[in-house]
Amino acid sequence: MADNILEVKHLKKYFKTSRGMLHAVDDINFTLERGKTLGLVGESGCGKSTTGRVILRLLEPTDGEIIFEGKDISKLSKSEMRHMRKDMQIIFQDPFSSLDPKKTVSQIIAEPIIENKIIKGKLAREERVLELMDTVGLAERYINTYPHELDGGRRQRIGIARALAMEPKLIICDEPVSALDVSIQAQILNLLKDLQKKLGLTYIFITHDLSVVNHFSDDIAVMYLGQIVEKAPAEELFDNPVHPYTQALLSAIPIPELGHQRQRVQLKGEITSPIEPPAECRFAKRCLMCNEEVCKKTVPQLIEISPNHFVACPLKQKELGFNV
Amino acid sequence: MDKNEERDILRIENLNVRFETEDGVVHAVNGIDMKLGYRKTLGLVGETGAGKTTTALAMLRLVPNPPGVVECDRLEIDGQDVRGMSASKLEQVRGKEISMIFQDPMTALNPVFTVGEQIAESIEIHEHLSKEKALEKAGDMLELVGIPRQRANEYPHQFSGGMKQRVVIAIALACNPKLLIADEPTTALDVTIQAQVLELMNELKEKYDTSMIMITHDLGIVAEVCDDVAVMYAGRIVEQGSLEEVYGKTMHPYTEGLFNSLPNIKNRQAMLKPIHGLMPDPTNLPEGCAFAPRCNYATEECKKACPALRNVGGTHMVACVRYEKDPNFMIDRRKQNG
Repeated sequence: MADNILEVKHLKKYFKTSRGMLHAVDDINFTLERGKTLGLVGESGCGKSTTGRVILRLLEPTDGEIIFEGKDISKLSKSEMRHMRKDMQIIFQDPFSSLDPKKTVSQIIAEPIIENKIIKGKLAREERVLELMDTVGLAERYINTYPHELDGGRRQRIGIARALAMEPKLIICDEPVSALDVSIQAQILNLLKDLQKKLGLTYIFITHDLSVVNHFSDDIAVMYLGQIVEKAPAEELFDNPVHPYTQALLSAIPIPELGHQRQRVQLKGEITSPIEPPAECRFAKRCLMCNEEVCKKTVPQLIEISPNHFVACPLKQKELGFNV
Repeated sequence: MDKNEERDILRIENLNVRFETEDGVVHAVNGIDMKLGYRKTLGLVGETGAGKTTTALAMLRLVPNPPGVVECDRLEIDGQDVRGMSASKLEQVRGKEISMIFQDPMTALNPVFTVGEQIAESIEIHEHLSKEKALEKAGDMLELVGIPRQRANEYPHQFSGGMKQRVVIAIALACNPKLLIADEPTTALDVTIQAQVLELMNELKEKYDTSMIMITHDLGIVAEVCDDVAVMYAGRIVEQGSLEEVYGKTMHPYTEGLFNSLPNIKNRQAMLKPIHGLMPDPTNLPEGCAFAPRCNYATEECKKACPALRNVGGTHMVACVRYEKDPNFMIDRRKQNG
């Protein structure tokens, strides 16, 4: 049996607004094998970051189970959760606002160590900070600098060192390279990959950048308005996208090569509101293939159309001979 | 003026921009020459701090002074010298002959005016139309960018990000400019919306014979919309030429580094080869080639003097000493591409 570090079942997160309930994350299910990377992709507002935060319970889930190493953490008390978070860390998108400007690099990295009483004694702690800085490729001379003195790439390295300080098993990377220039982006992506190999880390990699997620992930889940519309191993998803939204998303990536001709999958119309969405396919209004009879009758379910390839498009499911 | 020169919408020679701040002089743009033919699109590529936006602002004479100091030997738009232009003349040129699309559509629009009024404003000023006629034309522009004209009476906050960027494009194109400068026009947008906006810009460019400078860090976007490419590093152009030349026969090590940093969508096993190190401090640029400290091919020679852009065939120019010293020198990307 596969060694699953994380299992998410029927996860929901609704926000109350003046116009009704906003369904930010709406019934998400997936399992994640230890040592692997799940890429969570989608456009702004699709609920990918909310999903990451709910899994860590930085936001309280509305409903559903989050099973981490066989234990449902969605019902744990605050203090129990605090203990749990040692194993689950997050790296944020913006290295400019996620670091305390009044603390030095060593103070920032040492904070979780002190807070969780992992290492006692100042000398031992300092040694650990230096070791972590070395792991993420930060030169020792930066130990007493402040975040504003460093560039984006180095700041992101501090964020990674801080996350690693707890020796976590799972790290949620929320757009860790989106704010960085391409040459620096590649440095950070390589670092994250090396760390995964060395420390056996499991990642959930949240991004809107499809070429990055393809490079980085084992499995990819495509989200649209709070739901997973397609999930497959990275290679399969890119070679054989089935959901019309995935197809549109992939065909929209600009490729940095000469004479690259391809058919764009066009989208139309307005985006369905995530506030009290109707019980139909949420992509239907933008989908050129939409068939009112099929797509607007019920909420589509994820069905495994081939090994490990899940799709939530009733039209395609029908085409492939599944009962919808 | 010979015939050849007449065909250029934009000519810049030896453009220098520096910012004189309390912490020292920031050398943002260091001696740029640029030429753009009618109906052509030039992609200006480079990372944060390369001087792309500053170059564009200098063309419009929008660099704030102080602290900015702009010097150049030549700055002509459609044959007119922009350098000595009076403020009132400049106002006629901006928006009419040359207009700019800014990166962030969320802040480029005025929140207290309707989008119709904002589009009509530049039409009213430049085409000397009455308010009614200008609003009428603003409606046409909205339709052109794919927004129903009924929405002209709505305010920016009622539009999504992609729609706002379409409004910004409508404003920029309202007076049918000869030159359009687009500064990262799709960076703030989602990929599917980005694809729509790029398609729209391509269509409008053809329809109105507009020349365009596309400022971007995305080599994919350049491949999709540009005829020519100029790669900038630390305020200088290090490589330029047609899209075919720069992408197909890449010569500068920095351009190669940019390509190697991108994940390859067709080969997911390929390891990324990042450029090591960081961009140099613009207050303290190295004496020789600014890229030398990060360059895998750098020799002692590279650290001595700043290389000049040299023509290497066709329109292809490159600024790298290695080619001058060794006619057989080749970067890895060229060896692979044959």
